[in-house]
Amino acid sequence: MVTFQFVPYSDIETLSSAKRITKLINIVKENKIVIMEGRLRREEEADLIEITMEEISPKFKGIEISVVYPDRNKQNLSQKMKGVFASVLLGDRQGMTIIGPASVVKKIEQNPDKIELFTKENGNGNGKTRTRNRK
Amino acid sequence: MVKNFFKNLFSKLKFNPFAKKNHVKLGLYGPPNGGKSTLANRICLDWLGEEMSSVSHIAHETREIKIKEQVSIKNKKGRELTFSLVDTPGIATKIDYEDFLRKGMNKKEAKDRAKEATKGVIDSIKWLDNMDSVVVVLDATRDPYSQVNITIMGNLQARNIPVLIAANKVDLKKSSIDVIKAAFPQYEVVGISAKYGKNIEDFYETLFKVVK
Repeated sequence: MVTFQFVPYSDIETLSSAKRITKLINIVKENKIVIMEGRLRREEEADLIEITMEEISPKFKGIEISVVYPDRNKQNLSQKMKGVFASVLLGDRQGMTIIGPASVVKKIEQNPDKIELFTKENGNGNGKTRTRNRK
Repeated sequence: MVKNFFKNLFSKLKFNPFAKKNHVKLGLYGPPNGGKSTLANRICLDWLGEEMSSVSHIAHETREIKIKEQVSIKNKKGRELTFSLVDTPGIATKIDYEDFLRKGMNKKEAKDRAKEATKGVIDSIKWLDNMDSVVVVLDATRDPYSQVNITIMGNLQARNIPVLIAANKVDLKKSSIDVIKAAFPQYEVVGISAKYGKNIEDFYETLFKVVK
């Protein structure tokens, strides 16, 4: 069985970068797959990798991560402006971040319009969950 | 005339602010097994006559930052570029010592390698701040839309570091430069085979354009 935990942006928006990352990693270490509204900042994504490496042990083998984000090149000016204002007022809630434990998630493949999440079902890595992203 | 006056003055003082920066830290970044160390060796063999790093088909062969100082290359116009070449461990989000067991290592070797590899990833990320320019080495036979690649690119962009993408392993049939170009359209992409030296002259020429 695979457990997904939804993390709304409101749960992390007031947290410091370090606390955001710790919160996400703690959920993943419980063998759950995080579906987070929005995305981390670029520097936070690098920090997430750094902290994941610090936490690696024989039990925790790391993470699989994928961020789906609207392609700004495909947006018209009005959509871009709305996105910028929304980000300034409400934080970067656009898109979605998926983080799973490497012991459960074999790989996440991302094409521009869809995500395919391959789980390690009974250790053979054949399970597949598909999510389509609307942009 | 005024510029010439100051040029002459500064040249007498052995200081020339009009000269282009010609000594930079050039980092080789990317996921494991993309060919960073093979490219580092190719550059060092071509211009210094000696190799720099050991390479292996097992991931995380490079587990610490390696630096070769004073690498000077010349382009067709005779312009010279001198840099410190920094070969970095591959950046990954997961490291499983059991993968190394499957490659024939014993348990202690595998655990040690995994531990060193995690430290290597941390060092690679920390060293981003020290780089003046970066060559991101991607395996052209693999899907470039991985979050590691996107995170590396995003962090380089956030730091305003000039980037050249080396789409490596173009000698292999499965390789596709076009997929990499489509994934990162805002960057210069050069297809190379670091192992066999294919298209390496184009790589050097493009490096002069990107490194400023």
